[in-house]
Amino acid sequence: MPESSALPGRLYQAVASTKFWRGVVATVVFIVLWEIVSRTGISRIPPPSAVVLTFGDLMGDPSYWFSWYLSMRRVFLGFFAAMLVGIPLGLAMAVSKAFYGTVFPVFEVLRPIPPLAWVPAAIIFWPTQELSIMFVTFLGAFYAVVINVIDGARAIDVRYYQAARSMGSSGWDIFRRIILPGTVPSIVVGATVGIGIAWAVVVAAEMISGGGSAGSMGGAGGGLGFFIWNSYVGGSYTQIVVGMISIGIAGYISSALLRKLGELATPWLREQ
Amino acid sequence: MTVMPLPQAPHPSAAASVQRAVTDPVAEIEVRDVSKSYGAAQFAKTVVRDCSFVIDRGRLTVMIGPSGCGKSTLIRLLAGFERPTSGTISIGGKSVTEPGRDRLVLFQETALFPWMTAYDNIMFGPRARAEGGTDARNRAELLLDKVGLGAFRRKYPTQLSGGMQRRAELARAMINEPKVMILDEPFRGLDAMTKKLMQEYYAKLYEETRRTTFFVTTDIDEAIFLADRILVMTNVPARVRAVLEVNLPRPRRLEDVIENDDANLIKMQVLSLLHEEAMKSFAHGSKAAADFIDAYSRRIRKPS
Repeated sequence: MPESSALPGRLYQAVASTKFWRGVVATVVFIVLWEIVSRTGISRIPPPSAVVLTFGDLMGDPSYWFSWYLSMRRVFLGFFAAMLVGIPLGLAMAVSKAFYGTVFPVFEVLRPIPPLAWVPAAIIFWPTQELSIMFVTFLGAFYAVVINVIDGARAIDVRYYQAARSMGSSGWDIFRRIILPGTVPSIVVGATVGIGIAWAVVVAAEMISGGGSAGSMGGAGGGLGFFIWNSYVGGSYTQIVVGMISIGIAGYISSALLRKLGELATPWLREQ
Repeated sequence: MTVMPLPQAPHPSAAASVQRAVTDPVAEIEVRDVSKSYGAAQFAKTVVRDCSFVIDRGRLTVMIGPSGCGKSTLIRLLAGFERPTSGTISIGGKSVTEPGRDRLVLFQETALFPWMTAYDNIMFGPRARAEGGTDARNRAELLLDKVGLGAFRRKYPTQLSGGMQRRAELARAMINEPKVMILDEPFRGLDAMTKKLMQEYYAKLYEETRRTTFFVTTDIDEAIFLADRILVMTNVPARVRAVLEVNLPRPRRLEDVIENDDANLIKMQVLSLLHEEAMKSFAHGSKAAADFIDAYSRRIRKPS
């Protein structure tokens, strides 16, 4: 098939597939049921029609978008810090038995502590609330990255090392051209899992800490987690649902972005 | 470093190859009284015991033996990935203590680096030794063409067929100009057609380069088609049971193995030796089981 017609063709195929329509039907059924449940008064959850209206109103509200910005910033800065520290740490632990023996026990004691249990300590120990929240998102992503890097680097087939050594490679060259690229697929997995945890953590952290330095934007500027909490306190139920959906969208965008970056970083795993 | 010989006509003169074959052989690899055991003291399992043989320079030596007889262990020892428990292995007079590019191994399954294109895989050796200059790049291009992968240089291993992967791996080894090529059942797992093509391709490649080769297989036809000399191994612990010279003229055709009387004679010899070894292993491992089945079947027969 020529390159130019490939995309519309594929798009057409996707839209024409049973799988696609199953998804559409399921979504419509879900929304209709939700509408019924809330209209009949079975639950006090606001109906989707009202949620859509609120969503429309908020689209023009800068403080709503500022919540997005704050949460995104916290997630991504924490996540990048986790990658920056986690990847070298994981690689070092995979490569050096001595380093592994020294660091891993400490790591394994700290790992079971849920990131949210760190919130009070983080607020006390970090100078600003912003840093405290970022630290908690960092922790959320950090463990997933480190564990995946260690496992990935260790799972590299011994034959690759043997082949490389036979051809005159050693030390730094083996690290750079065998261990590092061999671990990249696991780094991608760790990153995807990590950013998911970072989103779960940031929302709760924002609720607990009260959203932090909202500055000139007022109370509603404390991130999406705080946006939900604030809507709850203020009794705006439709806004709660909008906040929830926003986090779903934000998480999806983050994962999609990472998947795309992951594909770029691992061209050899792509289908031909 | 010398430049790779250009791809030659498929049939170099038979006279020349006969000439090469009669010149006095020089031992490239000497394996002397090598034993290898795994595990500690009294629980040790001996996989290779008092194994001795030589691999002549410029000749293709095939090792054949029952599966699980310790052939792969011998290969790891030759490659230097492991050290023998006792005995010595020397290449070109020097003792083998670690892996080196004077003897490159082609494993049973592909060991191409999945994250590198065919071209980058082939360039691995030169780049590892900081020799990745124009000279090496030209040789890589030449080798890609020689193994018929010129159009696939930018493909990753998973995008290549099984036969192509094997050829890419051959090229990756050959660019390093090893003294000895060691191949561990390299065509196992390929479909029948690809296997035949690869055998013919490999025979041609060998006849062009005459690089010292140690080739391990369990396929008798493959052994006779390729070998100058066949080492028939005993069952585990591995030792050389018999050495057979294969003096079929080169270049050979796959049909020779079926039609040629000498080839068939060798085949019968190898088969009977392997059969003996297989029977021995049966008697060893399951003598009790065999006796039991024998007695049991007799008892069942009695009443009726």
